[in-house]
Amino acid sequence: MRHTLSVMVENEPGVLSRVAGLFSGRGFNIESLNVAPTLEKGVSLMTIVAEGDEAIIEQIVKQLRKLVPVITVKDLTEVQSVERETVLLKLNAEDSKRAEILRVTDIFRCKIVDVSCDELTVECTGDRGKIKAIVNLLGRFGIKEIARTGNVAMKRSMQMD
Amino acid sequence: MELTGAQILLKCLEKEGVDVVFGFPGGAVIDIYDEIPNFSVEHILVRHEQGAIHAADGYARATGDTGVCLVTSGPGATNTVTGIATAYLDSIPVVIFTGQVPRPLIGNDAFQEVDIVGITRPCTKHNYLVQDVCDLARIVKQAFYIARSGRPGPVLVDLPKDVLNQKCRFDYPEKVSMRSYNPNVKPHVGQVRKVAGLIRKAERPLIYSGGGVVSSKSHEELRWLAQELRIPVTSTLMGLGAYPGDDEELWLGMLGMHGTYSANMAIHNCDLLLAAGARFDDRVTGKISEFAPHATIVHIDVDPTSIQKNVSVHVPLVADCKEALGALQKEMQALRDEMDWERKHEQWLAQIQEWRRMHPLTYLDDEEKIKPQYVVEKIDEITKGEAIICTEVGQNQMWAAQFCTVKEPNMFLTSGGLGTMGYGFPAALGAQRAFPDKLVIDIAGDGSIQMNIQEMMTAVCNKLPVKIVILNNGYLGMVRQWQELFYEKNYCATCMDAQPDFVKLAEAYGAAGFRVTRKQDVQSVLEEAFALDKPVIVDVRVEQEENVYPMVPAGASLTEMLLV
Repeated sequence: MRHTLSVMVENEPGVLSRVAGLFSGRGFNIESLNVAPTLEKGVSLMTIVAEGDEAIIEQIVKQLRKLVPVITVKDLTEVQSVERETVLLKLNAEDSKRAEILRVTDIFRCKIVDVSCDELTVECTGDRGKIKAIVNLLGRFGIKEIARTGNVAMKRSMQMD
Repeated sequence: MELTGAQILLKCLEKEGVDVVFGFPGGAVIDIYDEIPNFSVEHILVRHEQGAIHAADGYARATGDTGVCLVTSGPGATNTVTGIATAYLDSIPVVIFTGQVPRPLIGNDAFQEVDIVGITRPCTKHNYLVQDVCDLARIVKQAFYIARSGRPGPVLVDLPKDVLNQKCRFDYPEKVSMRSYNPNVKPHVGQVRKVAGLIRKAERPLIYSGGGVVSSKSHEELRWLAQELRIPVTSTLMGLGAYPGDDEELWLGMLGMHGTYSANMAIHNCDLLLAAGARFDDRVTGKISEFAPHATIVHIDVDPTSIQKNVSVHVPLVADCKEALGALQKEMQALRDEMDWERKHEQWLAQIQEWRRMHPLTYLDDEEKIKPQYVVEKIDEITKGEAIICTEVGQNQMWAAQFCTVKEPNMFLTSGGLGTMGYGFPAALGAQRAFPDKLVIDIAGDGSIQMNIQEMMTAVCNKLPVKIVILNNGYLGMVRQWQELFYEKNYCATCMDAQPDFVKLAEAYGAAGFRVTRKQDVQSVLEEAFALDKPVIVDVRVEQEENVYPMVPAGASLTEMLLV
């Protein structure tokens, strides 16, 4: 099963490598890893998406907690959470395709962030399903380049039954 | 007053109560060496950095305190990696100081530069690259705190040369405050009660004790639980000594691959397994699906990652062993009046004695040939279990574990987790430095001893009268045993019959050397060697193709033992 882990770490040199090394050293696979500073000085938030059965995820969580610079680890899969990813897509966009591309991107509330004679660069933000759908839909026009941030996630304030 | 980084480091060591550092100098740490004579910390010069880290580790294991090692950058640092991994896998508190090239040169492939922080990340508990002299005192304080607390382990501090020359006001922090590192040492009260309830109900309880009991100094609590509640005890290699090896009723000896018949049968038949400070290593469990199949398993460990890692545990108890066993002792004391412990486990203990009678730990002795087990028995007899026994790795290690009566913790030093050949002798030097008046013996194989034999010079120079007893069978014996049993005697690359003359080698270093080729001389030569106040090598020519039994083949169930 896919798990999203929210990991608060001390923002110090080598911390990313410690976390990534933990995964590689034990043969765990990371699907995506996103890291950036938080409001608290010296603290960064990592969002890690990893796949594995319950025993593997339990080990990953415990091993992460064991790292000295790790402050907290939360498995967001156990709670209701908001997950978002941003993707940049550079598309083939000759004149004949352009209107259709714009229609699709409009439906998905994407932004056009760069234009040239035969290319369009589209920015899209959404959950995993939306990203998958837009990549599929725009794929038929020909994606020349793709850049994804990986998931960022946060627990929802209200946990509904 | 401002001090240089080098002075600050040594001042920190004084504050931490470090009296000895095992090390080897080099360009990157020359500033520290320049200051050593001005401080109270003694420096022991080894002949190879691997010797330094193992000696620091041996010092730590023998004293229960933290060992310290100091080496230079590049090759000096990389030479310690095996020793760091050894300490890491056995959870030994060691602080390693490595030199580093000046900060402006870091990352430039400078002379003797290596990313030792990167290299040792997976085999240290934590490590640091000091970027500013003003952080040095705090980092050293944290390094010692991290190494000693929670599940102990090695911590490395990398010191760029220019940081050692920088100046800063010396201010040693009183306390360590780290928001991200707070090991949980207190047990959960509810869980302790649950365990007490399980002990109360158990008909066939068994304690499986590990190195965590030794490192947390909880042997008294363990002994109380076993002796008062009449629960038999088995232990891992790392746990030897936590329970007295001369208790013929409750002590079962080591379990696992080379464990005793009675210990392995007890594991298979117990209804409650109380694991304390042990991690269910594959050398202990054998085939996991058939490990302790009838037991409710309780696991006490300070490291939550050890729990549920290898076997499914029914009651986890995350806590320091001393805290957990102490709390359990209190709970059981409260229940004591309600129970008749004395008679409760009578049948179980009788069954265990029966297993012991059926297959005692033994070997087929010989009138003429010297059996290695016989030599270990003689060492045990002469020393009366009062010597610190160090081992190398392989058959010598297993025979030592089986036939030495280890009565107290911190008296049996061996590389359990990593299985590091070449560990025993330098570790013995560390132990001897810690206890100058004790007899320290390294039980070695002819293969292992050649891995760090250069430290004989360290022993002689520093008047560390360690006794090395080589069980010389002319083979890398443990691998040869596997080749014999599972590879149709294809003794590829395990024959070591081309050997140095160990007696002359000892003499060349200024130590004493003895050779024993006749069984009748074993005892007298050992006695003579142990009485000498200098380092000694005793080269005992033992039976070449002797095997370690019992043996559970890798991947088999603990009940599928090959016996003598």
